[in-house]
Amino acid sequence: MKEKFNIIKSTGIPLPNENVDTDQIIPARFLKATTREGFGENLFRDWRYDDNNQPVVDFVLNNPTYNGRILVAGKNFGCGSSREHAAWALYDYGFRVVVSSFFADIFKNNALNNRLLPVVVSDEFLQTILKGISTNPNTPIIVDFENQTIAFKGKEETFEINPYKKSCMINGYDDIDYLLSLTEDIKQFELQQS
Amino acid sequence: MSRTLFDKIWDSHIVKKKEGYPDPLFIDRHFIHEVTSPQAFDGLKKRGIGVFNTERTTATADHNVPTKDQHLPIKEALSRHQVEALRKNCKDFGVTLYDLGHPFQGIVHIIGPELGLTLPGMTIVCGDSHTSTHGAFGSIAFGIGTSEVEQVLATQCILQYKPKRMKIEINGPLSKGVLAKDIILYIISKISSSGATGYFVEYAGDTIENLSMEARMTICNMSIEMGARGGLIAPDEVTFDYIKGKKFAPQGAELHKKIEQWKTLKSDEDATFDKVLVFDATDIGPMITYGTNPGMGIKITDRIPTPEELKDISEQPSFIKSLNYMGLEPGSQLMGKHIDYVFIGSCTNARIEDLRLVASIVKGKKKAEGVEVWVVPGSKQVEEQARKEGLDKIFEAAGFELRSPGCSACLGMNEDKIPPGKYCISTSNRNFEGRQGPKSRTFLASPLSAAAAAITGRVTDVRELITN
Repeated sequence: MKEKFNIIKSTGIPLPNENVDTDQIIPARFLKATTREGFGENLFRDWRYDDNNQPVVDFVLNNPTYNGRILVAGKNFGCGSSREHAAWALYDYGFRVVVSSFFADIFKNNALNNRLLPVVVSDEFLQTILKGISTNPNTPIIVDFENQTIAFKGKEETFEINPYKKSCMINGYDDIDYLLSLTEDIKQFELQQS
Repeated sequence: MSRTLFDKIWDSHIVKKKEGYPDPLFIDRHFIHEVTSPQAFDGLKKRGIGVFNTERTTATADHNVPTKDQHLPIKEALSRHQVEALRKNCKDFGVTLYDLGHPFQGIVHIIGPELGLTLPGMTIVCGDSHTSTHGAFGSIAFGIGTSEVEQVLATQCILQYKPKRMKIEINGPLSKGVLAKDIILYIISKISSSGATGYFVEYAGDTIENLSMEARMTICNMSIEMGARGGLIAPDEVTFDYIKGKKFAPQGAELHKKIEQWKTLKSDEDATFDKVLVFDATDIGPMITYGTNPGMGIKITDRIPTPEELKDISEQPSFIKSLNYMGLEPGSQLMGKHIDYVFIGSCTNARIEDLRLVASIVKGKKKAEGVEVWVVPGSKQVEEQARKEGLDKIFEAAGFELRSPGCSACLGMNEDKIPPGKYCISTSNRNFEGRQGPKSRTFLASPLSAAAAAITGRVTDVRELITN
């Protein structure tokens, strides 16, 4: 049974860098597996570990001050390659939500297809959260999936989520289930096309 | 109501509209490769279903393959396993595979067009963001994730919301030494690596119309580098001439009939776009990137900006981090900068015209000492053609290494990697940190600029090497 999405209350991990591309999230040389599991181990590999495979102390995932299931990232998160492994890696590591002011299109789709929730906030609110968790890493972020709100230190914003995707996530079904229900229509369509 | 080309193709592929649901879009052509397909096939196995229509899917091995000794088993166990998984899946599910050693093998976005599998008016997807390449034929082509690959294998459809439409118009003649790669690097440098996120782009204008098919593919290929889902160009005589005689393209009377249909594939004159950008081609010079995203590009003769010159000062920390990674000083010139590697390859620039351009610069010359130069053709067919034209001899005499087809050093996945700290001038599409190998440093440029750097060992304005 897939984890149910409702209210996620967690501390956040700040990654203020802009334009974090999927090659950083999971470098290509770690895309050789033929299953979906285990990619968390190499999440942000080249930022997390040095040439001798030792943890880079000033990278945020290696900083014991920060932990949680919410990643708070700079704008244009997930740009570049379409590798779904990026979403798998973030989920496998333990993230359930990524907050940013702007996401790349393919990443956003991939995240939603893997129950990793991309939450778009205003630039201003993003800066508030980034600053807030840097000063006090224990401040929780509350993401209410049902009501589409994100709250931090008494401030709140609503976020968009496509109604179809929302119902998929709540009911635990996916795009293929819907498309398979259209099989006869698809066959007809293909016949008419040729 | 008047519509754009994008609208026309999109609307004609919707199987069944349902209020509140994304559009189920019928996919005419699906390409797969070893990296993003195994989990999709696993999904089919778990559901106990087969491939909806095997004739619409074509597979090749490209990302994770060596470019030397391709006749031998792949040395690295995980890479070998992944390619073997592709073979097994294609066999079990009845999908055509152009495997290593097959005369049609090559980079997925190079073989589709050259085999005539990519045609105007189609919807085309592949688990690779550079699928946008195929848009050069006037098709809707975009990259997808593995869950979506599974959708297409299972149902020949994909659920999508319609993106917004952008038109990018470029007019005017191109200056000496300026190629399609420079055009697209110029546009991305103007609008940034996220400037077209949420949009599907149509490229238009006389500059685009005067480009060859292969040059158009280079432009559409890098649409994703400005965030666009894809980019397309209305088909014309150049497109139809390219398609004629291609292995799997319609032939004879059928082709003539098709061409008449394809001629209608264009945006209506009064069609409205959500955004229109216009550029003047005469302002474009040879381009090069200095940073770690493709939007960080300059004319090769310009200096790198300083953090103070950025339009958005909030981007300063990322900008400084990027220059530190690259080992470059703000405000400095790239011209004359020493380079260690030259990579001529990738789905952006590894077609026969690219190799011919490189050869035109290096003929009778030798590479600079200490520089390693890899020329990796995009496909077996490109490699054969290059040998037929004697380009291999020119490369050999120059000290370049002509390898076998694959994605090679574009993505630091296979054996071909740029070592840590080394500078590579590359005809590929991404300069992200570590893209060409851990700690590698990438300068993106055109095949002409890469060839010029190979000869001098430095970042060079190719116009200085062009005599006529």
